[in-house]
Amino acid sequence: MNRYDTAQAEGPSSYPQAAELELRHVSKRYPGQREPAIGDLSFTVAAGEVCVLVGPSGSGKTTAMRLINRMVPLSGGDILLGGRSVLDREPRELRREIGYVIQQVGLFPHQTVAENIATVPRLLGWPKERTRARVGELLSLIGLDASEMGQRYPAQLSGGQRQRVGVARALAADPPLMLMDEPFGAIDPINRTNLQDEFLALQAKVRKTVVFVTHDIDEAIKMGDRIAILREGGVLAQYDTPKEILAHPADDFVAEFVGADRGIKRLSLTTLGELHLLAPDGTPLEGLRRLPDHASVKDALSVLLTAHGEPLAVEDAHGTVTGLLTLSHLERLISDEADGEEAEAALVASATSATPTDPGAGRAT
Amino acid sequence: MTAPLAAAGGPVIPNFSAHSSGCAVHNHLFCFGWVRENWGPVLWPALRQHVVLTAIAVSIGFVIALGLALLAHRHRWAERPTLLVTTFLYTIPSLALFELLVAPVGENIFAAEIALVSYTLLILFRNTLTGLRSVPPDVLEAAEGMGMSRRQTLARVELPLALPSIVAGLRIAVVTIIALATIVYTIYDRGLGVPIHDALGEGPFKTELIVAGGMAILLALLADGLLVAVQRALTPWSRIRERPG
Repeated sequence: MNRYDTAQAEGPSSYPQAAELELRHVSKRYPGQREPAIGDLSFTVAAGEVCVLVGPSGSGKTTAMRLINRMVPLSGGDILLGGRSVLDREPRELRREIGYVIQQVGLFPHQTVAENIATVPRLLGWPKERTRARVGELLSLIGLDASEMGQRYPAQLSGGQRQRVGVARALAADPPLMLMDEPFGAIDPINRTNLQDEFLALQAKVRKTVVFVTHDIDEAIKMGDRIAILREGGVLAQYDTPKEILAHPADDFVAEFVGADRGIKRLSLTTLGELHLLAPDGTPLEGLRRLPDHASVKDALSVLLTAHGEPLAVEDAHGTVTGLLTLSHLERLISDEADGEEAEAALVASATSATPTDPGAGRAT
Repeated sequence: MTAPLAAAGGPVIPNFSAHSSGCAVHNHLFCFGWVRENWGPVLWPALRQHVVLTAIAVSIGFVIALGLALLAHRHRWAERPTLLVTTFLYTIPSLALFELLVAPVGENIFAAEIALVSYTLLILFRNTLTGLRSVPPDVLEAAEGMGMSRRQTLARVELPLALPSIVAGLRIAVVTIIALATIVYTIYDRGLGVPIHDALGEGPFKTELIVAGGMAILLALLADGLLVAVQRALTPWSRIRERPG
């Protein structure tokens, strides 16, 4: 008896918290194919981080994800979850400890929402009461009314609701790791944005280690704490934070993949509150367009482009204007950054050399 | 008197004398009096035998077909030979098959059931396999990804989802066998075929033919309706219309 055997009856309690995931020289070859599907893939996802696997089709991102829960057998290398090789685990037992969400959701059409969510707890043999309590907890976590929605069948839900239930089902046994394969890929753009925001809010609460596969670089930038960009043949082109990848693409492939508009994409990662804005002293604020300080620089640019030369007022949560931003000021920030300075530092430093709203912070730089 | 002549399964010769009404004597289209007199000794036993013949045939046929369908679902190679054999069995003219079985098996219930079962196999096999294969791939992927074993997937996902198709097969099989069992009398004198056959030899007297034939039809409709009710009770999800988006 090892600790996993004893832990099984109570579910994945061997991982009370999110677990670190490490891929070590992982490779996958299919018989009859000269080129490997996954070459020599190594990276580590820290516990509680979202790692987005992104790349063009044929880059093996879904294969890489399915190697982790052994739905695809490894050809070489090793994968460690919480420091322990997945190869030492019985595959079905391993999968019950890893949340699994797919694009088409795959809810069981003959079971109610509540029964669907209870799938893994049932497989683990949880007592009925505990399962029922957990299902109710998850339904409220994803914002569905337990008594009403729990008894519905998947066919009675909207696409967005189905995908939420899919996420809840994957979270049911409180797994240390979640695998999500293009989870929002089949959802219309407006609902997709909502689901992404909801998932980020959910993730802030549950803090799982997440491996998230997408082909959409914008989704990767939005969802990922780190992004692993794969190229054809399952080769890791770059593994870094979204900001770093946008600021310093490792090579032409990455630069092309993240897009010619990576400068603008980077702006979406910086909020107005992070900038040193022009001081509002004396400027009449009436009639100025306003944005909250948690809005992105990209949003600010969009507003400024239609503001006819007027500055933009940035306000804090209490509605107090904390600073101003003009198009020419923003342009200076962006062009300084384009000179190859360290990304964030450039934006903030150049703002400091202009008129900082916070003199203390300005002098400190 | 009617009673000794109408012993269950025995040849039935209508008794036109005694207390029989003038209806039978004058060969009216339908004589309620005759039905009332012969329900106990003739019609009810024939109906019961018919139900038993059908139930045995469909039950055994279902068990065999389910086994074959599960085999073909797991191993694709098994589908073709199974289809070949069951289709062949299905195409044998029924009268010929009954007669063919008499020599090796005898004029008994075994010959009758072997023949009836062989006519259920194609329908039940095809429908069960179709049902098992109609389970959406994303549902199977989710089941695998959540750590279900093959057996758990079969029992908790595939068979429940195949149920509408399986019951559809059972409905066709039951109705078919109820009709086919009316010619079992050629080798084994049981079932509604017995009074129907007797009536054919009775010249202008049609009451027995109409009643026995009508009972076979009603039995088929009733069994079909019963299966629909069972399916509705077992698969409440299957009647929900898909919501868009």
